[in-house]
Amino acid sequence: MSAKPKVAFFSFTGCEGCQLAVLELEPVLLDILGAVDIVSFREAMTEHSEDYEIAFVEGSISTPHDVEEVQHIRQRAGLVVAIGACACSGGLNALKNRRGMDDVLQTVYGSSGSWFETIPARPVSAVVPVDLELPGCPMDGNEFVWAVKSLLRGEMPKLPQIPVCVECRLKGNVCVLAHKGKHCQGPITIAGCGAICPSHGGHCVGCRGYLAHPERDAHMEILQEHGLTVDEVRAQYSLFNTYSEMAREAAS
Amino acid sequence: MASVSVNVHNITRVEGHGNIVLNVRDGTIEELRLEITESPRFYEAMLVGRNWDEAQEISCRICGICSTGHSTASLRAMEAALGVTPSEQTVLLRKLALHGEHNQSHVLHVLFLVAPDLLGAPSVVPLASTHRPVIEMALRLKRLANDHIALVTGRHIHGVNLKVNGFHSLPKEKALAALRERLVASRDDIQATIELVASLKLPDFERAGEYVANSRADEYAFYDGTITSFRPLQCDHCGHTLKEGYREEYPIERYRDIARETVVKHSHAKHTASVHGSYAVGALARVNINYDLLHPAAKQAAEALGFRAPCMNPFMNNVAQLIEVVHCTEDSIAIIDKLLERGIQQEDTSVEVRAGRGAAAVEVPRGILFHEYEVDDDGKIVAANLIIPTGQNLNNIEHDMRALVPQILTLSHDEIRLMLEMLVRAYDPCISCATHLLDVRFVG
Ligand code: SF4
Ligand code: SF4
Repeated sequence: MSAKPKVAFFSFTGCEGCQLAVLELEPVLLDILGAVDIVSFREAMTEHSEDYEIAFVEGSISTPHDVEEVQHIRQRAGLVVAIGACACSGGLNALKNRRGMDDVLQTVYGSSGSWFETIPARPVSAVVPVDLELPGCPMDGNEFVWAVKSLLRGEMPKLPQIPVCVECRLKGNVCVLAHKGKHCQGPITIAGCGAICPSHGGHCVGCRGYLAHPERDAHMEILQEHGLTVDEVRAQYSLFNTYSEMAREAAS
Repeated sequence: MASVSVNVHNITRVEGHGNIVLNVRDGTIEELRLEITESPRFYEAMLVGRNWDEAQEISCRICGICSTGHSTASLRAMEAALGVTPSEQTVLLRKLALHGEHNQSHVLHVLFLVAPDLLGAPSVVPLASTHRPVIEMALRLKRLANDHIALVTGRHIHGVNLKVNGFHSLPKEKALAALRERLVASRDDIQATIELVASLKLPDFERAGEYVANSRADEYAFYDGTITSFRPLQCDHCGHTLKEGYREEYPIERYRDIARETVVKHSHAKHTASVHGSYAVGALARVNINYDLLHPAAKQAAEALGFRAPCMNPFMNNVAQLIEVVHCTEDSIAIIDKLLERGIQQEDTSVEVRAGRGAAAVEVPRGILFHEYEVDDDGKIVAANLIIPTGQNLNNIEHDMRALVPQILTLSHDEIRLMLEMLVRAYDPCISCATHLLDVRFVG
């Protein structure tokens, strides 16, 4: 990688909160600007160049046009980094996948639905190979800085495969695993957010995606012991992880 | 006579990617469209079947910048549907968070997106070396606004603290007092921003139109109020805008009478029109409708910035945003004083679920936002309707462009393009959208 690599940011279907999370790194933003050469960042810049080494991609792929564009990016970039839940797992956008595409078009646009095109929302990795995924909704700013630093050193960062529970414990929180008909997905979700939701009195909704080998059966069993039904648990799994849940259902 | 053809390709997200298409032949506009081609998002369809207590965490993801505003509208609409009245403390804290979001969004827009244009730079990036003090000031103000939002919501993008009828956890009094100190200290940076913007020249253009915003008798309305439409009168003789105009009020139940939606082929974002036609929402609409209720310091800023309400120059929306930064900062200080005086109390935030339907209108940075939900006996969402500010402005932007183009046809291609971009950017449709406009291509 060159001393001052050229990087570009792209965004597909999403809220652009992850790009915003980059802009919001005020204390280190000026240092980052000094260490890399940002050649395209449409949330903040007019300038645009097709010459880049690292592409940060935000958002899910949800139209035929998105598919073409992300393939084009893959061809040009040495490294493709997916940022945020939308890009890493399909995120909330995949909620629509449970319904037929004609049906969702009709719900939103009425009889004019046929004017528009949509396909089931999917993560970037479902379309092109991805070198690194920085999950979360939004992506964690500190994790982004850590990843950029590693990349600049020529190392591929590796996200630790530990559950949110570990961070939650370190914070000294009271466990909210099954509480008031809600359940915490901390035991099966990839850590890295500092267990921010349970730390504020909420529960983890799995926005960072599930561990490669999650203890799902144990999780489901414990939750059932707490009186939740299988359907209730499944519905909550299907908030940020509908895409992978549907793939699991199809496989089993 | 002039013939011009402009094709501004690929504006991103206004809830979307978009293009400007303009074709003028012999001085007559043959084609003029603001196309919105963003991947449709389908939130209304995605919400159906989910639980009442998930509406906020789903719908806040519509927009990273207005996440707190969407959350607020969602929570208020759900509370209306469930017949819940949140406590005074909850309302004060939500108002405080919303002020933070207005400050954050407006600072980002004025200092990161508009300033480069006016200082002759293609983006904020080169300004980091040529105008370092301005950029450092902008970063300071933004940092403060992020921390301000996060103090109440737990995280500045997609807050983790918000829920129907209250909060998961409450801010500490000490942290509120510390925020107050920082807000007081930020007055200097805000003053410097006012001086900077006052020295920049904005295009001179007016179009008599309709403005829509929440209003209240007792305060400058953001969090709630009555939907209010205002159409300023112009003097028949000199064309001067008069302070008086037609004012109409709509209770929330009638929000669909103001925001009458239609699907247009060239836009994935629906267009809206009131009975009078297109209308504008956002900072300019709010200041025009609620000028008298601005904090005195904000009125002083308006005077320093040469702003006189009602103002019909859409380019002045940037100035209106800055006026609101002053108001939101001062009102945040007042809200914190009130909260500290009352003391932060743990409260019962339980909710009894029942079937119902409810709507709410909240002023978010880009204008009035409507959320409406219907839930069944189990609290499952059976219908949702969301009307987003940028969508409401699209129709109005097209009408402004129609009025502006004949006045600027003698300019060069580049100047016409820049004017159109600046016009769209003035509405602050969504950051990326505005910057992407700069990929204008002339096809003629
Ligand atoms: S992951 Fe979340 S914050 Fe990032 S773009 Fe998607 S919705 Fe927005
Ligand atoms: S606690 Fe769970 S839902 Fe919250 S940010 Fe972390 S991974 Fe996402």
